[in-house]
Order: sequence, then structure tokens, then C-alpha cells
Amino acid sequence: MLGWRDFRRMTFREVGVQIGVVVLVIAIAVSAYFSARINLAELGITSGFNFLDRDTGWSYSFSLIERSIDDTYRRTLFIGFLNTVFVGLISIIFATVLGFLIGTMRDSENPGLKAISSVYVQIFRNIPLILQIVFLYSILIHFPGPKQAYSIADLVFMSNRGIVVPVLTIPLWSVVALVVMAVALGWGLLRSRLSAWTGILIWLGVVVAGFALAIATLVPEGSNVVSVPFLKGLRFREGLNLSVELVAMIIGIVLYSAAYIGEVVRGGLDEVPKGLVEAGKSLGLGRFAVWWTIKMPMALRSIVPPLGNQWIFTMKATTVGVAIGFSDLFYIVSTSITQSGQTLELIAILMGAFLLVNFIIAQLVTLLNSRLALKGYGS
Amino acid sequence: MSAPPRSARIADWKRRAFATPLDTALTIGVGLLLAWMAWVAIDWALVRAVFSAEDVALCQDDKAGACWSVIDARHRLILFGLYPFDEHWRSTSAAIAIIATVVLSCIPWFWSASRIATLWIIGFAAYYLLMEGSLIGLEQVTTDKWGGLSLVLFLFSSVVLLGMPMGLGLALMRRSRLPVLRLVATLLIDFIRSLPLLTTLFTAAVVLPILLPEWLQGDKIWRVIIAFALFFACYQAEVFRGGFQAIPNGQYEAGQALGLGKWQTLWLIVLPQVFRHALPATINMVVVTFKETAVVIIIGFFDLLASASAAFGTGEWVAYYMETYLFVAFIYWAFITSLGRYGEYLKDRLRQEEH
Repeated sequence: MLGWRDFRRMTFREVGVQIGVVVLVIAIAVSAYFSARINLAELGITSGFNFLDRDTGWSYSFSLIERSIDDTYRRTLFIGFLNTVFVGLISIIFATVLGFLIGTMRDSENPGLKAISSVYVQIFRNIPLILQIVFLYSILIHFPGPKQAYSIADLVFMSNRGIVVPVLTIPLWSVVALVVMAVALGWGLLRSRLSAWTGILIWLGVVVAGFALAIATLVPEGSNVVSVPFLKGLRFREGLNLSVELVAMIIGIVLYSAAYIGEVVRGGLDEVPKGLVEAGKSLGLGRFAVWWTIKMPMALRSIVPPLGNQWIFTMKATTVGVAIGFSDLFYIVSTSITQSGQTLELIAILMGAFLLVNFIIAQLVTLLNSRLALKGYGS
Repeated sequence: MSAPPRSARIADWKRRAFATPLDTALTIGVGLLLAWMAWVAIDWALVRAVFSAEDVALCQDDKAGACWSVIDARHRLILFGLYPFDEHWRSTSAAIAIIATVVLSCIPWFWSASRIATLWIIGFAAYYLLMEGSLIGLEQVTTDKWGGLSLVLFLFSSVVLLGMPMGLGLALMRRSRLPVLRLVATLLIDFIRSLPLLTTLFTAAVVLPILLPEWLQGDKIWRVIIAFALFFACYQAEVFRGGFQAIPNGQYEAGQALGLGKWQTLWLIVLPQVFRHALPATINMVVVTFKETAVVIIIGFFDLLASASAAFGTGEWVAYYMETYLFVAFIYWAFITSLGRYGEYLKDRLRQEEH
């Protein structure tokens, strides 16, 4: 291996090859620049990011925050980014939980658990994600209309307009604040020297107390603590409406990613030396105790790096939502391109956003990894 | 290591299945659940199903199960897309050529760089000549008419065929002793790998026409294939890198001691071992690529998913979307599962040989 300053140790040809590569890269960049100038001039497009302040004038399927068709491109793109991160995060959380369950079942000694989890993995891992999502979406939009909606105990209603669920009436910002607090507390407890059970108990106690406090003080006057949906005319009032696109996206991505995470977890559990498990058993530990105190902690070290890759994959997978019209960042960017023609700027924003998200997840995984690293191993 | 005898395996299975009351309950419960699910599926898909296109009226019956009539009536659209009806035999033979290429690649006799490359180039050329037609005196069919399963196989095989040498090139650049080559390869690989495939393909389809002079733009399908191949290559380069890391330095030194040059050592001694080590992961990449081709529907190609939507898109078939999607899902599933199974088998075999 040679460094940047070692060109004296290179042969004449090696220096030539490197200069050639540099010249080639520069030539491609220059050619792209001039082609873009000519082609954009022909299309009558002025480049630059000024279009971000223009109004869009079009609507889309889903937003977490208030929106209207008079929003600027800046705000609309931000909403798309929020949607991507939102669906990505929710899917990552559910897929990880389900994946650990599936992986543990595949590693189990019980033939029944083994069979059902391998059937699951064989089905959901071997069909393209986009096909699963489109399939799920078609099933959901063929549900009966709101008047004949399927209901669970008159609390949850499933119709071709989506799923309506009861929801707490405390304001959104307080929910966000509580979730942030819960995550921070969880992280703190993870870093502390408390035992797992004490940690979980403290965490649950504080979270429940937080929600109780919020309900006691923040519920708007004259409304119930929980807003329960009911049918009025042709649509549902109250409650929280999860649109068909959102439900299809989340279920589809979760089922698919969980199959992959399940395989990662199984691989990790499989690598734990048999002697350790037998040592645990001979100490009289039960099956759960062996799993929780011996297998999992050991396995996590080989699970986390591929798990991080899978999280990044899950984030990227949100882009296929465009197939069913879910307004993730990719959908918003491609619609913006058709509407405004600012192709280069918008694609740069799209790429930048994904680089940022990937970078953050990769940092988190590195942090998690160093936290889990076994003392005296590797380094 | 040979497998334990059958009776011992059955005894072991019994011990695990009925170790505790909970185990017994789980084994029996899950067994019943799976049996029930299998029965519901078979009953719907086979026993009560309607198969022929002429019997479509029977599908209206409340007792009728799956209505495979839609497949009977529209399978040509699903498999061949908009390809001219009278030329469908060409699309069929072309698809068979690709499938035969993939199957033949599984035979160890073909596992040398020159043999496998020849095989794939012949298979791909046969596909292209048959589908395009004008070069062998048949009616010309342009790429925009290609669709369905044939298009999926075309994308898949051209991506693998182009991406494999590109991946090897990138892997070699990334391990080069020259800093400029290392930097270029590392940046490119990390950049492409952080983007969703869809973004890369979309860029090739929509953005590249702006950045390229007109004479270099080419067909949209070729731009997308090259971008897809680049995506494949960036992942495959990492697979090859893993293969390189498994080669001890002694192998390079042995090459030098024999008086071989740098490239001869690489080609004759190192690469054959790298390919061998990288084989299971490579098959995994190939499987993933086959699965990922499904996203091209979003940038406007008439692939299996698009032709499936078209198949139930007209009046009388609208109600049978589920049968159509299941049919397409089964096609993908069969391809992916059999390739995946083969990969697992190979991994086990290589592991056994090492011990």
C-alpha cells in the first residue's frame, strides 16, 4: 500500500495511470457541467435552489404535520423527509422486535416453533418487497366501505379508507416529548450498571407516570381522555385514521425486514459456543434464563453489525412506497421533478437526505457496537 | 462427518418435541395450525378453484374458490407483456435460454472464469438475438415492447453479466497500491451503497439525459441496466473483497517464487481461490438482484408486476387481482427459493470440504 506522498516509490507507469484516472474524472465532471448547461437552456430551466420558496399547488396522500396545497417546495420536501423517517423508524422498531422473535424461534429446540418460523421466513423473504406491498394494498382497498367496515369491539374499524383506532387526546407535541424522554431514559439506563430487570421497571414506571401526568394536565377541556371513533354519515369521526397507504407500507416493510432480521438473529444465536449453553444448563438455569443471560448477550455481538445494515436497508426500502402512492421523500421528489423541472437540485436533495440518514444510523450502530464489545476481545 | 442414523434422528426429534408439557402443547398446537392453514389454502386454490377461462361464470358462485381463469385467459400478457402475439415463441425460447444458462452455471464443471463467462455470453447473446430478431432475419421487436417475465430475465441476466466484471474491477481498484485508484473506488462504492436502488435507477432514467451529451444518452433501458449493474458491482466488490481477505500472503509469495508476474499471480493463483471463497455470498447477491429487478415498474418498465396489474385491469377480470398477484408471487418465489436453496447447499458443501 502506498500513501499520497509516496509517489517517488511508484513506477513511471503507475504515476501515469493515476494521472489518467484523475483526468478522466475531471473530464466527466466538466462534460456533465456543459451538457447540463446546454440541455437545461433548451428546456428553459434556470438552475438554483430558488424554487424551494415557490408554492407547489399539488396534493399528496400522507403527512404527519399540517399541510395544504399552498405549501412551498421547501415545506413539502420536508414533509416527505419526515414521512420517510417516520415510516422507516416505525418499521425498524417493529421489524426488529418481530425479527428477534422469529430468529429465536428458528433457533429453538421445539420442532413446532422451528417449523412455523421457517415457513414464515421462506415465504416473506423470497418474494420481492414491492410485490408484497402492492398485494397488501390491493387487499386493503378491497375492504368494504365505512358503512360495512369490519370492527373490533366497536373500537377499531377497518374499511377501504384505512384503519381508524382510538387515540389519546393529549396534544401531539407532548407525545413526541414523552417518546424522546423515554428513548433518552432507556439509553441512560442501558449505559448504567443497573440490572436489566431493575432498568425495565424504572423505565416502565417513569413512562407510565409521564403519560398519567400528561393526561391529568393536558387533555383539552370538554373532550374525553381517549377519542373513540364512530361512524357518522359516510365517514368516521374522532379517533386516529391510519390511511391505507400507510398501513400497507408499514405492514409490508415490517414483515419483509423481520424475515431478514430473523435470519441475522438465528445466525448470531447459532454461533454461541455450545459449551456455554451447556454450562448454563448444568448450573440449573431454565431455558429462558439461558437465552436471556447467556445466548443473547453473546449473540448480540455478532448480530449488531448485520442488524445495522438491515436497518439501513429498511430506511431505503421506504422508497418503494411510491408504487402505492405513499408520499415518502422519493414520491415527493419525483412529483416535484415533474411539476417544477428542477431535476438536478431535487435529486441532489434526495441523495443528500439518504446519505444523512444512513450516516446517522451507521454512527448509532458503531456506538452500540462499542458499547457491546466484549472486554479483551478484538479491539 | 456423516449424518446420524435415521432412528437416532427420530428419537432426537421426539425428545425435543415432547420434552416438557409446554413443548408438547406447542408442537401439537403449531402442527394443527399449519395443517389447518395448508388445508384452507389447498381447499381454496385447488379443490374449489375454477381453472379454465371458459368456466369464468362459475367463479361468481359463492362456493367457488380461486378463479384461475384469469391466468388461463391472460397468462400471455403476464409472461410476455406487449411482445407481438405471433412472436411469443421467440420470447419463450429466449426465456428458456436464460433459465438454462442459470441452471448450467450450477454445475461445477463450469466454475472457471473462462467457462462461466463463455456460458453467460452465449446465453445472453441467444436471448438478445431471439428477442430483438433483426440480426437473425426475424421481424424486429424493439426493447420498448419487451415485457413480463422475459423482461425480468433480461434485466437480471444483463445486470449480472455486466456487473460481475465491474465488481471485480472495483474490488481490485479498492485493494490497489495506488492511492488515487483506492480513493475513487472507495468513494464510488460507499456512495452507491448508501443510496436506495430506486434512486440510482431513477437517476439513470431521468437525470442522466440532462448530464450526458445527446450522442451518449442511448436507450433508457440500457442506461437503467448500466446503473443497475453499477449498483450490483458495488455490492459484489465488497463480496470479492471478503474473498481476497481469505487468501494468505504465502499464496502471493508462492507466485513470485515461481517467477510469475503480478498479473499472472493474480489470475492463475489468487483469483480462482477468491472466487471459491466468495461463491456463497455471490449466489446470495444474484438472488437479491433477481428480487430487486421488481422495482423497475416504478421507472416505467412493463415488468411482471406491471403486466400483472394490466392482466386484471380490464372489466371482467378486476375482481381477480388476488389470483393474479399470487401467480406472479409464485413465479418470483419459485426462482428465488430454488436459487437460494442451491446457495445453502453449496455453502454446506464448501464448509465440509474445508474440514
